[in-house]
Amino acid sequence: MAKDNDTKFEAALKDLAGTGPGKRQMPGPGVQTEAVDAHPSVDALKATFGDAVLRHEQHAGDEHVVFVDPERLREIMAWLKDEPAQHYDLLKDVTCVDYGGGRPIQVVYELWSIEHRRQLRVKVELPVDALDVESVTPLWATANWHEREAYDMFGVQFRNHPDLRRILMPENYEEGYPLRKDFPLRGRFSRAEQTRRALALDLEDYYLPEELEVKEQKGGTTPEPGAERALPETAGQPGGARSVPGSEAQAGEGE
Amino acid sequence: MGLEGRRDLPVLGSGKDGSASFLTTKLDFIVNWSRRNSLWPMPFGTACCAIEMMASYASRFDMARFGMERMAFSPRQSDVLICAGRLPYKMAPIIRRIWDQMPQPKWAVSMGACASSGGVFDAYSMVQGIDTIIPVDVYVPGCPPRPEALIYGLLMIHEKIKGETWFGEEGKLLRAEDPARVGQAQLPAETIEQVAVPFGNSTNQNRGSGMSGVRALEHPRNRRP
Amino acid sequence: MSTRTVEYTVSSNPEMGMDGRPVASPVFPVGMEPDFQGEHMLINIGPQHPATHGVLRLVLELDGETVVKCTPHIGYLHSSFEKLGEYRGWNQIIPLTDRMDYLAPLIYNVAYAAAVEKLMGIEITERCKVVRVMLMELDRIFSHLIWIGTTAIDIGAFTVFLWTFEERERIYNLHEALTGARITTSATRIGGMMADLPPGFTEAVQHFVDTLPKTLDEVDALLRNNNLWVGRNLDIGVISAEDAVNHGLTGPNLRASGVPYDVRKDRPYYDYETYDFDVPVGENGDCYDRYLVRMEEMRQSLRILQQTLDRLPDGPINVDNPRVILPSKTDCMSDMESMIHHFKVVMEGIPAPVGESWFGVESSKGELGMYVVSDGGSKPVRWRVRGPSFVNISTLPKLVEGHLVADVIATNASLDIVLGEIDR
Repeated sequence: MAKDNDTKFEAALKDLAGTGPGKRQMPGPGVQTEAVDAHPSVDALKATFGDAVLRHEQHAGDEHVVFVDPERLREIMAWLKDEPAQHYDLLKDVTCVDYGGGRPIQVVYELWSIEHRRQLRVKVELPVDALDVESVTPLWATANWHEREAYDMFGVQFRNHPDLRRILMPENYEEGYPLRKDFPLRGRFSRAEQTRRALALDLEDYYLPEELEVKEQKGGTTPEPGAERALPETAGQPGGARSVPGSEAQAGEGE
Repeated sequence: MGLEGRRDLPVLGSGKDGSASFLTTKLDFIVNWSRRNSLWPMPFGTACCAIEMMASYASRFDMARFGMERMAFSPRQSDVLICAGRLPYKMAPIIRRIWDQMPQPKWAVSMGACASSGGVFDAYSMVQGIDTIIPVDVYVPGCPPRPEALIYGLLMIHEKIKGETWFGEEGKLLRAEDPARVGQAQLPAETIEQVAVPFGNSTNQNRGSGMSGVRALEHPRNRRP
Repeated sequence: MSTRTVEYTVSSNPEMGMDGRPVASPVFPVGMEPDFQGEHMLINIGPQHPATHGVLRLVLELDGETVVKCTPHIGYLHSSFEKLGEYRGWNQIIPLTDRMDYLAPLIYNVAYAAAVEKLMGIEITERCKVVRVMLMELDRIFSHLIWIGTTAIDIGAFTVFLWTFEERERIYNLHEALTGARITTSATRIGGMMADLPPGFTEAVQHFVDTLPKTLDEVDALLRNNNLWVGRNLDIGVISAEDAVNHGLTGPNLRASGVPYDVRKDRPYYDYETYDFDVPVGENGDCYDRYLVRMEEMRQSLRILQQTLDRLPDGPINVDNPRVILPSKTDCMSDMESMIHHFKVVMEGIPAPVGESWFGVESSKGELGMYVVSDGGSKPVRWRVRGPSFVNISTLPKLVEGHLVADVIATNASLDIVLGEIDR
């Protein structure tokens, strides 16, 4: 009886086979996403910057995406912001997309022009071994925190960023860059190790005088995952081995 | 005050071998009654459960009826730590420090699924249950638990306090503090590993959803174990 | 230990006399007596703090009582939502969206469902559109009520907190009638809603619309012309229009600075252009204007709610597409084809075409952006949430420079942040 049901089920599955989601594929040149409609900013961009504009795609009906050359990102963004006919004054979002499998990571900038009521998404594709791009913080102040988060989650280095350090994860987080596809969901260390490292965080870290000169002290970036770093000696000592706030650091700094 | 407890106190009317007597039980009753009817909660609210905790302080589900009129935001002046919400690892040393700063007698309520076990968030940044960090007395399940559920949990703390004793061996150990445990995790490493093992729907979460192939249709028996 | 002279402009210092010159007092205003300037003090607020609206840590560098520099530290509630989203099917992400902005969960549910429906090219039914607008406006009021309650309690007005929470209990009852849960509603599904409105729901919403204005008037009577409220909020935390846009502010914070940008008007969705409502815009960009803008927004949301109640059409709530919507249980149990569809939707998930979609919605805190990227599977490649509070809190250092410590609390409260969407 059960075997009959099984074969009936298989037969029904076979009937409907092939109607599923289909092969997974990356969007890219020629894959269903080439732009159909014209976008005034993209036309003007092509006219002004020529071959720095690599691709123009259209998604979900009315969203226009333009891929640009990472080397010329800064001047293209400055032009998009300042040119009166474009005037993209609101930078809504800076984020990244990692497709995994060694494919380039895309950095996505979502722009909106309040005056012209126009949307444009600008993307740059960065190879995984050369993940750095110019920061747009001097143009839009909001990019400061967005780029910090993109660095924290994906490891993209933003050149000339005023304060590039981790924002969501603890500053000494060493497991890597969480939103990359090669980063496992539960992290690289065991739970016990994660707990131990978490409890070893120095809570007074932020209000020693170092806080006032963040960039110089932290060196601007956090160490690469796996780099040699000694954990603070807190295991087993009562109260944790924390220096009395201020005294040792100040003595060391000579400030 | 180490694990030696209160051997210096006169053993007031306690029976032979330190067992309870009429006087000690009456004293216990008075102490426990006064403690449980005026618990000052320390609301360690992080996320959605904090909103339900706030709702249980508001007019409709008034917690002041149970003696918790004053929300003590300073740990030095509080009795019950209510951890309402999910706890990432970045926040873990803070809850440990707040717990260590609370003077005895103190109790802890783990409110919600995330505080009790990590909840929906079996991921890289979330503590899989605050009982790995601090000792918990009552777990209140729910996502988020209704205010009535939180109040029930606090009434369970009341019940727990009713059963406490100030005297005898048990009494000495109950409210003792161990200075070596300050800043350390509550559970040992192996137990943390056991407690955090993925179960149920969070097993084998990967982009193939546990399927062995990438065909459109898969039979359930082809799932990875 | 050396002394440092720091020069900055003080925008609102109560030690300033009426003629603009500093008033001599035991607390020296900045810049007046350089040799009295000692070291700056570093003060830590949070992450566990009653008035930070969540687990936010502010490190203030103080000169006396005046803030020289404020550095917010976030990440104390980072719950790896975006990573979890990559391991969940399209419908399975909806419960995650409730837990990000837990003060207005339906707005997040709708925004996410709308983004995925846009990606898939699904057009929802008319009834569903009106219901979603109704639920979004209801949650906008929900969020603003808790905002005014907690802001008032931060500044010291406890009564407002109790009144607004009682009103919120009525909305909790509506949430519970619709979905069974008070806060974590998960009411939408791709292509429709989890369930249609229960009987009695529209009458309850009508009753709410009729009776809320009275409470809003009472709150206004307590606060609007209150000397203490005005004194704590007027000219505090001022940001100009260009700075606000440059810093990415959206929502009531931006509109209080004079920029009339509202997603519902500028990039309308769900027929918002057919609804008759106004968008309040402030002038000065201070905390008091943000208060006025949000109070007025609640009244405008009541207007929209009334219109949704009037125009609610009959008809199906879900799209008629078996690859997306679960069939009814009766069909599923009696008809083989429906059972297969049920199996496919549950086991495989919903197929999405290759592509991406960025959907912006006017949330109670600002512009909420949901960015979903698909590679043709049943799970997203990337799910990004542009939480407005993340951007709003990044402007805090600029807003509080030169103010007093108490003003930091007032400004932080006026930004209306929710840590769930900041840290995601």
